[in-house]
Amino acid sequence: MIRITRKVEFSAAHFYHNPNFSAEENRRIFGKCNNPHGHGHNYTLEVTVAGEPDPETGMVLDLKELKDILQREIVERMDHRHLNYEVPELAGKIPTCENIAALIWQLLEPKIKQGKLDKVRLYESEDLFAECTADGASSNGRGGAGGRA
Amino acid sequence: MKISVSRRYRFAASHRLHNPKLSAEENQRLYGKCNNPYGHGHNYTVEVTLTGPVDPATGMIANLGELDPFVEREVIEAFDHKYLNEEVPEFQKSVPTTENLTREIFRRLRDFPAARLERVRIEETSKNSFEFAGEETRA
Repeated sequence: MIRITRKVEFSAAHFYHNPNFSAEENRRIFGKCNNPHGHGHNYTLEVTVAGEPDPETGMVLDLKELKDILQREIVERMDHRHLNYEVPELAGKIPTCENIAALIWQLLEPKIKQGKLDKVRLYESEDLFAECTADGASSNGRGGAGGRA
Repeated sequence: MKISVSRRYRFAASHRLHNPKLSAEENQRLYGKCNNPYGHGHNYTVEVTLTGPVDPATGMIANLGELDPFVEREVIEAFDHKYLNEEVPEFQKSVPTTENLTREIFRRLRDFPAARLERVRIEETSKNSFEFAGEETRA
């Protein structure tokens, strides 16, 4: 099996706020990420697809095709957007690195038709990243996500 | 799908690779310039990976507001701007290679209460990195 990885970047705004918490709790739990005016990051996304190279093309999946999928599904949805207001799939969720990475996994998994989505790593900064990986080595990918929606 | 979160920290420390059970010549042959009796130093980067359920109320596996002070207390305060051979008790018994350092940092962080420690990875320089995920094989 071969793994291929494509990297893409996008910039977006967000803030953390749970309406079920008091203003004080929000500030205590989320710290400066609770600033209601929001703040932003340059996100770096690395997407890995695993599979056997096609004997005719020598490719697991044409990286150009992966690039197009990432552009259509992720960059157009999230780049220069406010994640709290402009990404409906994140409605009702705190747009943390964990939740954004999990959403990216859910968006990409059904779109990868050759090979299989193996890993999604999302850097919020050089020093913080969330990573989603396939559950079972040989499962068909659709595994329940540890109790997550 | 399994999810993890990773956070990177930095500290600077000095060390010397030397095994007192070996002769001066053997130490020199084995460790080369790392055996210099005056020691030398590195800027270490420590990457800490945690797994566990994402709390729906916070969207987080672990709150960095809890992880950062824990790592600061357990690792950074103990190692930053220190001479590892003399100032970290573990390295009075073992050679402070980055293999052993990775294992020691894993041991210090494994009891983080809010999530499961999956892996510790250390970059000793931009060219060398070391990784430890506990003694037992994890699925």
